[in-house]
Amino acid sequence: MCALKTFKLGGVHPPENKHSADRPIEVFPIPKQVVIPVNQNLGAPSSPLIKKGDMVTAGQLIAKGEAFISSNVHSSVSGKVLKIDNMMDQTGYKRMAVVINVEGDEWDGSIDKSDDLKEQITLSREEIIKKIHEMGIVGLGGAAFPSHVKLMIPEGKTAEYLLINGVECEPYLTADHRLMLEKGKQILIGAKILMKGLGVDKAIIGIENNKPDAIKHITELAKEFDDIKVQALKVKYPQGGEKQLIKAAVKREVPSGKLPIEVGCVVNNVGTAFAVYEAVQKNKPLIERVVTVTGKTVKEPSNFLVRIGTPLNELIEKSGGDKEATGKVVSGGPMMGKALNSVDVPVVKGTSGVLLFKEDESVRVEMKHCIRCGRCIQVCPMGLEPVLLTQLSERGRWEEAEQEMVMDCIECGSCHYTCPSGRPLLDFLRLGKAKVGQLIRNRGKK
Amino acid sequence: MNMLTISGSPHVHDDSTVKKLMYGVVIAMIPAMLVSFYFFGLGAVKVTLIAVISCLFFEWFIQKYILKVPVTINDGSALITGILLAFNVPSNLPVWIIIIGAFVSIAIAKMSFGGLGKNPFNPALVGRVFLLISFPVQMTSWPVAVPLFGEALTDAITGPTTLGFVKESLKSGMTVAEAMAEAPSYMQEFLGFQGGSLGEVSAIALIIGGLYMLFRKIITWHIPVAYIGSVVIFTGILWFVNPQQYLDPVFHLITGGMLLGIFFMATDLVTSPINTRGMLIFGAGAGILTIIIRIWGAYPEGVSFAILIMNAFVPLINRGIKPKRFGEKIVNNK
Repeated sequence: MCALKTFKLGGVHPPENKHSADRPIEVFPIPKQVVIPVNQNLGAPSSPLIKKGDMVTAGQLIAKGEAFISSNVHSSVSGKVLKIDNMMDQTGYKRMAVVINVEGDEWDGSIDKSDDLKEQITLSREEIIKKIHEMGIVGLGGAAFPSHVKLMIPEGKTAEYLLINGVECEPYLTADHRLMLEKGKQILIGAKILMKGLGVDKAIIGIENNKPDAIKHITELAKEFDDIKVQALKVKYPQGGEKQLIKAAVKREVPSGKLPIEVGCVVNNVGTAFAVYEAVQKNKPLIERVVTVTGKTVKEPSNFLVRIGTPLNELIEKSGGDKEATGKVVSGGPMMGKALNSVDVPVVKGTSGVLLFKEDESVRVEMKHCIRCGRCIQVCPMGLEPVLLTQLSERGRWEEAEQEMVMDCIECGSCHYTCPSGRPLLDFLRLGKAKVGQLIRNRGKK
Repeated sequence: MNMLTISGSPHVHDDSTVKKLMYGVVIAMIPAMLVSFYFFGLGAVKVTLIAVISCLFFEWFIQKYILKVPVTINDGSALITGILLAFNVPSNLPVWIIIIGAFVSIAIAKMSFGGLGKNPFNPALVGRVFLLISFPVQMTSWPVAVPLFGEALTDAITGPTTLGFVKESLKSGMTVAEAMAEAPSYMQEFLGFQGGSLGEVSAIALIIGGLYMLFRKIITWHIPVAYIGSVVIFTGILWFVNPQQYLDPVFHLITGGMLLGIFFMATDLVTSPINTRGMLIFGAGAGILTIIIRIWGAYPEGVSFAILIMNAFVPLINRGIKPKRFGEKIVNNK
């Protein structure tokens, strides 16, 4: 193993609170009803292929992604389609979803449900990409970007490295950690498949040093693959940010406004690598994922293997979440996760965790005047000036915000986390990004 | 389930507050304060108390009766201004002059601009410079240091600071060696056994305070290092060229208000640049200006003026000097 690496600019050290790190992944019981949104990924929604009253099996394609950046959606259970309707999802909006009443657990015949390890990769490069597309695989780190799109290298660019993101720098979350410990071999085969899909001969798995057991385990397993290297990384948030991981692992900086492929890298999460293994080797679509349920009001912080569409509410109940004492429920981690207005919403492909906060943890600290200490600048991993961008946003000076590179903000939240005056810097940066994004799109139309 | 709170991420905070930062600075000033009590006795205690109480009073009065805003005198910032003002004056300064200094610091330099975070100039320095120009006699007669259980170096009651004394001697035609023969030794200066304003005499106490603030991450290394570096390089060159006429870097660092300015006034969060590249320029500029004023200016001391001048440049520095952006460097994709 090499010396610990990390990114250089900025970063913070929030308390890790990985309470569920020692809890093995538990198969979550199939719920009575699932709600499967047809748009779970970054990009265009998919169109439903079934209608009310249809019987479906687990793994059956129920919505097809037709746009370039879109993804297929499969039924996660067997049963009867109750309705296709607008249902509240994690965004807080009602959007189209398929509601299925569960009957039994019958799987699509083409899926290999066994636990047998299948190492031999028989598909060709094109077949791999096609299979990943078919099986509805999206990035499981949170952004849910369709994985097959990442494998299609744009004209004129070449991929050199596949980076597998096992950093899990968000506090509390342990889904990736457990997956590496329990499905390490599958993740490595998944990485090999992705390498073949990309046509690269080098892969690096980045793991933060607060998971020494995972580093040891994966390093041990990776010995038989001489083209996959494990890189231990210093514990620093947001080490798991795509650009920060690339910087740490291969010392390259993705230029402003560009994708990782610009520096010859493609990054995929360990969860995605596992899903790719299952899709390509076992013909299994993405219909379940590991979700961490944790927080101070959760009696038994857990890692569940959950069918997509399961209500978050059931996860909270199973892990002994104290609803009375809870003031905030976050989907994802505490730094970048989204606060939910209801727990009666389904788990989707991008749900990495459900985090419960106590009443007193739920409110922001009191906001004071900016004292121009510059801490937000020192912690910004992109080298931006959140204090300045906030002022520009407050005044609606979007052109200047664009010049000050507001679009480079990765919304990691380090600025807001560290502000001694408790100023909601990231709120203003998001506003700036939205407005500047509009400006840029309008410019394109002219 | 209760009503859930909705807010944008992040959902956690590092628990730092302005108050914690400010009281951290206060703790860092305690060693220098104790040294001032040790060498200047009750006079130092009196000056410190009056300065602090007046600063707190003026801030309270202005917030409550003029601005009619919530009173924030417990945030520690007025306390710092009070202590710093006391640190910058002699221990025999009349009470009414101290009160005027506190008024200028708080009312003019801070509250006129809108209070904490809005003031362009370091309030305590504005107060000090106002007093220095308005009451030059009272502001430059420093009681000699008398240790609590010891004896003074001279029989005089008041005298110039070491820096002022040496500078006068040099002006009158003495060589450095001749001038230094009559000054306290470096070790005495280092410990604080010299005449001067309350907080500036002991290099070691100020260094301890500075290191504490660095350790607690209240300040970053950029301004102190750039400041010290530019002073050492600038005075080092002059000293190397003509050691008979120019003082060595160590003397410059441990006499006058140099370390007090470097650690406690140049690093003021509000009035220094916001990004670290700007901080380096700010520190280096202040160092060069300090030495120019010390060597060629009319006043023996240049720290206050230098920092105030650099405070004035801060908006320009913030505008012109940008932090290192991620992806700024052109990467060779090979």
